[in-house]
This record gives sequence, C-alpha cells and structure tokens, in this order.
Amino acid sequence: MENLINLEKKINSELASKIKKTECKHGQLYIEIDKEDLIDVTLFIKTNKNSKFKQLIDITVVDYPEKKLRFKIVYLFLSHEFNQRIILSYFINENEMISSLTSIFPSANWMEREVFDMYGVNFKDHPDLRRILTDYGFTGHPLRKDFPLTGHSEVRYSEEEKKVINEPVKLEQNYRNFDYESPWEGTKYIKSQSTDNDKKN
Amino acid sequence: MTKKIKNLNLNFGPQHPAAHGVLRLILELDGEVVEKADPHIGLLHRGTEKLIENKTYMQAVPYFDRLDYVAPMNQEHAFALAIEKILKIDVPIRAQYIRVMFCEIGRILSHILNVTTQALDVGALTPSLWGFEERETLMTFYERASGSRLHANYFRAGGVHQDLPAGLENDIAQFCEKFPKIINDLENLLTDNRIFKQRNVDIGIVSKVDALDYSFSGVMLRGSGVPWDLRKSQPYDCYEQMEFKVPVGKNGDCYDRYLCRIEEMKESVSIIKQCLSKMEKGPIKSLDGKITPPSKKDIKQSMEALIHHFKLFTEGYRVPKDEIYTAVEAPKGEFGVYLISDGSSKPYKCKIRAPGFSHLQSMDYLIRGHMLADVPAVLGSLDIVFGEVDR
Repeated sequence: MENLINLEKKINSELASKIKKTECKHGQLYIEIDKEDLIDVTLFIKTNKNSKFKQLIDITVVDYPEKKLRFKIVYLFLSHEFNQRIILSYFINENEMISSLTSIFPSANWMEREVFDMYGVNFKDHPDLRRILTDYGFTGHPLRKDFPLTGHSEVRYSEEEKKVINEPVKLEQNYRNFDYESPWEGTKYIKSQSTDNDKKN
Repeated sequence: MTKKIKNLNLNFGPQHPAAHGVLRLILELDGEVVEKADPHIGLLHRGTEKLIENKTYMQAVPYFDRLDYVAPMNQEHAFALAIEKILKIDVPIRAQYIRVMFCEIGRILSHILNVTTQALDVGALTPSLWGFEERETLMTFYERASGSRLHANYFRAGGVHQDLPAGLENDIAQFCEKFPKIINDLENLLTDNRIFKQRNVDIGIVSKVDALDYSFSGVMLRGSGVPWDLRKSQPYDCYEQMEFKVPVGKNGDCYDRYLCRIEEMKESVSIIKQCLSKMEKGPIKSLDGKITPPSKKDIKQSMEALIHHFKLFTEGYRVPKDEIYTAVEAPKGEFGVYLISDGSSKPYKCKIRAPGFSHLQSMDYLIRGHMLADVPAVLGSLDIVFGEVDR
C-alpha cells in the first residue's frame, strides 16, 4: 500500500500536466487522464524503471447514456515486478476515435476488437478492426445500455427455404424487469411523488 | 519454366475434435507449413456480461459456472471476492477453507482435462480414459457439496451456500491419498514417452518478453519461466496460510507447460490436505443478515429472518457505489472481474477478464512457421475452453 502511494506521488509529479485525477483504493491505483495523453501515459508506465507495468490485462468500456461524454474507456495494467495494478480511464463522446495500443501491447488487438464490437468505439491505427464475438453480419452494439437484453433478431433454420435465416425476435411474453427495490427506501416513482408533495406543501 | 504456387486456405473447425469446442481457425498453408492463422471466435457467445447487468448479484453467480465449465467454482470465487471487497465483509475461516479446497479441486479437474486431451490430440488415448475416471470422482464431491456436478452455484458473497455434508471431508482426504498414484501413472504414460515428446518438445515456444506482451497468465506465463502466481503474490482468502510451490518452466514450449500442469496438480493435492487438516467447525457464511440468507430453522421462528429471506430473494442485497478489479488464479490463468456497482442490487457493469481470450489471441504468433500437425498440439497446450473465451 505504501509503495502504491509512492507510485501515485511519482506519477503525479512526473506526468503532472497529463493526469486529471488519481486515487488509491482496494490496493489499486485509479488514474484519470485525457484522451490525447493515452499513448504518452501508457509508454511512461510501461517503460519507467519504477513502475514497469509490462502487462495489459484488459480494455473495457462503461456506458453512461445520460452523460454528455458517454463512454468511459478503462485500461487495466499489471506490474509483475512491483506487484501493483493500475486502472487507467478517460471519457469520450459517442462518435470519437481513440488511439489504439496495439503498437505498445500486441495483446490490445483482440481487446480493442471486442470493445469495437460491444460498444462501437472506433480505434485509430488498429491493424484489423473487425467484429469478434458477435455473429457474421450482426448489426448493433450489444453492451450499450440502450441495446435491449433480448436483442433485435433471432436465427433459426427455415424448413421452407432450406437455410438458416435471421428474423425479428418474437417473444410470447416480453422480458419483464420487476422493480423490487423497497418503496420505503425510495424507488424512483415514490421519490418523485414525495418530492411533488413536498413542493405542494 | 516457372510454376505459380498458391497458398492453400484451410478451414479448421468449428466442428473439429481437436478444436476443443467451437473454434473456427482459418489457416493459410504453404504446403504443410502454416503461414498465418486467423481464429474466429464468438460461436459460443451468450452475452454473459449483458445478462449479469440485468440480474441481482446473487442471480449472477450461476453465469460464472458457465464460463470455464471445467473449473466452475474458481470463477465464482472471483465474483464473490469482488463483492466482498466492496461490501467490506469478512468471510468466516471455515468458509475460506472450503472455498480454497474446492478451488484446488477445480484446478485438478481442469488440469486433468487439459493434460489428457492434449495427449489425446497427439495420439494417446489411454490417459484420457484414466483421467476422466478421477474427474468423475471429483465431480461427485462437487455434487455432494452443491447438488450439481458441473454448474455448482456454491460460492456466495460472504461464504458458501451450505456446509459440507457429513462424510465428505473424509472422502476427499481418502482421494488425496489415492490421487498421487494416478498422477504417477499418467506421468509414466506421457512424461518420457518418445512420441509425446516428439510432438511437444520445442513446439510453440514463447519467450518471457512475448509472454508478457501477449498478456499471458497462469501456466502459459510460468511455462516461460516467469514465477508469477496470484495465489502467492496477491493472496486471497486463506492462501496466505497455505504452503505450496509454484512450478516454473524453462523453455516455454508445450512440453514445459505440460510438466507445469502435472506439478501443479501435486501441489493442489497438498493444499487440499492442508485445508482439511486446518478446517474446524464453524459458520460457513457471513453472519450479516442483510447479505446472506437465514437458515431454514430461523425462518420458521423469527419474523426478522423471514423478512430478510424475502428481501434477499426478491430485491437482493445492495452494493454501494464503487469500482473494483479483482483477480484470482484460475487453472487457466488470471481470471478477473471488473465490477462497477451503482448502489442498487444489480451490477452496473461487470467485465469478465478471461485468461483464454489472450491466450487464443496469440495463436497466430505461436503457430506461424510450424507444421499443420502442430496446430492441435499448440492448441491443446493453450488450454482453451470456449465458455470463457466467448463469454
């Protein structure tokens, strides 16, 4: 933990202009940066002799549809030498391009393909940006919050046409999302009612 | 006269016994030499992460069994640890021993499957017949503890679902006495076997630097000589109290990875024994009624317990707003859960970091320049299970 605080100080002092926010919790270092500084910061933490984050563990995105900067891009790094983890993140708009890490970490290739597939985030200079997990010919980005859980189309074998066909999802019953949250602790509708009442009073 | 020679494109899988599931591998061949490999994955994609976002924390646990379905409880462990860290709850010591014990059983399950099917891929049938008998025994232990051979749904945030049934501890102890002999038998068949060595030694070599660059973890990393094991370096639950060695390879080829797995099974047996000897009677889940369900007996007698039970199985417990990444040393490597909670009873985001994903990604790098016949050997030593690669 002490080492982590030292690391936090060091990164803050050496990359001062590039770091927006740092925080130490759960034994990990959380860093927020600007989109443009990704390559510089990554290269620094990978090559600096006091950090040596030689491994990119994963890349992922968090979708906040109601925010102006909708996507939070998250990179997880691991340093074997110092036994530390960094969680690096920045926010982008829906249609922004971001830089690819494939030139620094070859393993970023599939991770970025997955991000592109699941969230529709585009990468600059990616050698081979194709869909990876979804079906051939799939449209949409399934992990976005506005993509329905049941999806848009389903696949079946058609006896008449003698081939596999895609057709819109037909469900006997729609997916029901019950609101179990206790009313006395304030779900949305109760809260809005009570605040309305407060206003009237 | 010059003749134009065209490279041959070969479609390996998705229905090929050596593809270990549904891998479609498009190989570009020059004669018998592989020029390029392009794995197409996603044929088993079920949208686990999307489903978890729509389920309460307790309902999300079974999805973890279905990732790496040969070692289900190791995955549940990562998810349980992530929630426990956010909620800051303590796990009773007996529950920790039970969890560690079943994680090691999972490791043996996974390694038996991998070692024997790798042997099968290069032409040896007997190991798989012997090994699967032992897997069956281990799965009955799973069944007796959780009620299910494969999809256990046994670990909970705060402990495990229920206590071990009478007699199980004895039977596991007996198994530990018997099992080392089985490992020896397997080793007699394979370790010095001329054909097995010809097919695996110096095949699919990974250097230390490349292993790090390609995000390898677990045996893939240790086989290349990096002594890194999350159970040692970032211990979770009661691994700190366990004594075990971390076997490390030298050459980073398929054969070294096989040897690492064999040695790891022996260490796992020793960890199980230590758990059994240290285990004492006691609670098996957190005593916080807001997180773990009450016992059947309490529900009949206490109004509060009844309310807790009802609330837990409808609304579920709430997890305060936080962001965390937790990783465990699953049999295949670093299995991680990146969890974002928003204060409700459902995760806002749950990214699953599967070790097999990065391993399979390096297929092109590993196989380039090798012969077509080496493809199954390399694929076998990567230890791929499509449940976790495709999620």
